[in-house]
Amino acid sequence: MSALLQYAVQGLAAGSFYALAALGLAVIFGVLGVVNFAHGAFYMLGAVATAVLLDTLDLTLWWSLLVVPVLMFLFGVVVERLLVQWLLRLDPLYNLLLTFGLTLVLVELVKQQYGVSGLPYRLPSGLQGRIDLAGVVLPRYQLFVLFFSIALCVLVWLMMTRTRIGMIVRAATEKPELARALGINVGRWVTPVFGFGVALAGLAGVLAAPFRAITADMGNNFAIILFAVVVIGGLGSIVGAVVAGFLVGLVEAFGQAYAPTFAQILIFVLMALVILIRPAGLFGRQEATT
Amino acid sequence: MESTRKWAGASALTVTLLLSACGGGGPGSSGGDFTGDKLVLAVLNDQSGIYKDASGPNSVKAVKMAVADFRAKYGDKAVVQEIEVTSTDHQNKPDIANTKASELYERGGADVILDVPTSSAALAVANQAKNHKKLFLDVSAATTALTGAQCNKYTFQWAYNTYLLANGTGTTVTRDGGKKWTILFPDYEFGQNMTKSFTDAVTKAGGTVQETIPTPFPNENFATFLTKAGSSNPDVIGTMHAGGDLINLVKQFNESGLKDKGVELAVGLMLINDIHSLGVEQFAGTLFTDPWYWNMDAEARAWADRFLAETGARPSFEHAGNYSAALQYLEAVQAVGTDDADAVVANLEGKKVNDVFLRNGEIRAKDHSVVHDANLARVKKPADVKEAWDYEEIVTKIPAAEGFPPAEASGCSMKP
Repeated sequence: MSALLQYAVQGLAAGSFYALAALGLAVIFGVLGVVNFAHGAFYMLGAVATAVLLDTLDLTLWWSLLVVPVLMFLFGVVVERLLVQWLLRLDPLYNLLLTFGLTLVLVELVKQQYGVSGLPYRLPSGLQGRIDLAGVVLPRYQLFVLFFSIALCVLVWLMMTRTRIGMIVRAATEKPELARALGINVGRWVTPVFGFGVALAGLAGVLAAPFRAITADMGNNFAIILFAVVVIGGLGSIVGAVVAGFLVGLVEAFGQAYAPTFAQILIFVLMALVILIRPAGLFGRQEATT
Repeated sequence: MESTRKWAGASALTVTLLLSACGGGGPGSSGGDFTGDKLVLAVLNDQSGIYKDASGPNSVKAVKMAVADFRAKYGDKAVVQEIEVTSTDHQNKPDIANTKASELYERGGADVILDVPTSSAALAVANQAKNHKKLFLDVSAATTALTGAQCNKYTFQWAYNTYLLANGTGTTVTRDGGKKWTILFPDYEFGQNMTKSFTDAVTKAGGTVQETIPTPFPNENFATFLTKAGSSNPDVIGTMHAGGDLINLVKQFNESGLKDKGVELAVGLMLINDIHSLGVEQFAGTLFTDPWYWNMDAEARAWADRFLAETGARPSFEHAGNYSAALQYLEAVQAVGTDDADAVVANLEGKKVNDVFLRNGEIRAKDHSVVHDANLARVKKPADVKEAWDYEEIVTKIPAAEGFPPAEASGCSMKP
């Protein structure tokens, strides 16, 4: 029993990365219609920035949690203004290719600058150690990641449902024509939303820095799983991205425990099943496919 | 010079043909003992991926250092004056390694291919070496198949193999009380080969391997794999991962609390660059086999100082291995006066060698395994680190005869 609980918490902790990053991916897809292939690279940049800030300015994780998302937001704004916006009117395939190319460039630049073996990072002492909850031993940091990302997801959800900006973004996501017809300037929100999505990927990277290898390639495999998450959750669905993120984390953890060889394949089996049964994803709008 | 003249005489026709083809040839050119009048050392390795720091561009520099040393030693007396070092990226992919090796031998004029990390890629290159009857001195790939089932006359394994890693780390840790093992391994050629070697070594030393758990490659999240590995209460968790996967696993092992429960982590293959990138505190106390360490003695250190000046980093054992392979190849060429592969192989076979990298080294004729003394090392505690890259403490020397499998057991038969 305690083993099951342990696997579940580990799965949810791993899932929080997917949830946070997929949330950013979903928002960007929703508002811009851009399948952002560079999301894995933005996640990697978040982690690399965290390590570099600690090394050069001695900024601890707490500061990085604040500073890095802001930097990544600005970086996202630059990328959107400089590159993405010019292709928005064209077939979505163009931006997919653009962001894919951007990934290759960013990964190679980081390799040039910091090598391939990765960068060191140390956990702040307050988050080291473990907590024993009735026989279930959990690293403090894993719990922190879990609660932090749940809180953040709830915050984003509140923002989306309770604030004017959120409602506009949702309207723009779900019915862009109708939103325009009602006099909402959808275009105004495109740049900040892209920046916001990039910031979320960067934030996932910050959280990953203490217990993942910080290398130029760290986003590659992550991005692949991320797309499975978004497909499972339903393209453009914000709730779907979060739920699917945690779900995929759980599938991965139980896969590792009971069928190690298939741990990663199981995620894609789940994706295939979802596509077969609900082509628009668990929380996607079914009419989108018809 | 006597032998040079003999060779030249024996291949007079070739000389004439070559000279006319080359438009006459320069004055004093020693000519046809060397295809294309020059010697080409081709380094084929990972120039951009996960093994870039461990070998990569700095292995090319190490080979160039060997060429410079060779020139300095022989000067005008060198049997060949023009020596070229080339570098090719195989991206750790066997298919690319295969094509590139064939190109290098056929069109690149390569007399020898060096380095080649990634076992599957190295096996492909070994096959090309055999087909083209040209030399392949492997440094960075670890599979025992290179000097076992898939050995051939033109392939040598210069630095290490999975047997050495397993025998060094597996045997010593088991003898020191780590009897119950659980092994985590990446599910591909190297990981499987390592797991087999470790299981044999642990069992022979009186321990048991309770469980072997395959993991996907590459993989970031090892949390549950580790919990599962720890659930059978092993004394030791052995990891056969390399590069980024190894760093992921070590970070998450430190997080997991298994250390507090008295579970030791033994690492199958670790390079000094891994410690450098992750920081000593994460690895402190970890035992592993290092075929060569830059600060293990004065001779190694002197060479490492030159390497540092050249590259800005301390050398890994793979860098030193490439230097040694290139240097011994050049010495063999000097001795036989030609780049003819069969003559060079005949010179290398059975030779006893000592250089910066090889201690009590022997280039075994039977299986072309280059055996030498290696080290069992322990990662220092942060407080004990005295200078940059000072990460290892040598626990014990592993004599060549113990570290490497006996030639008879290699399963190698060299058919011409």
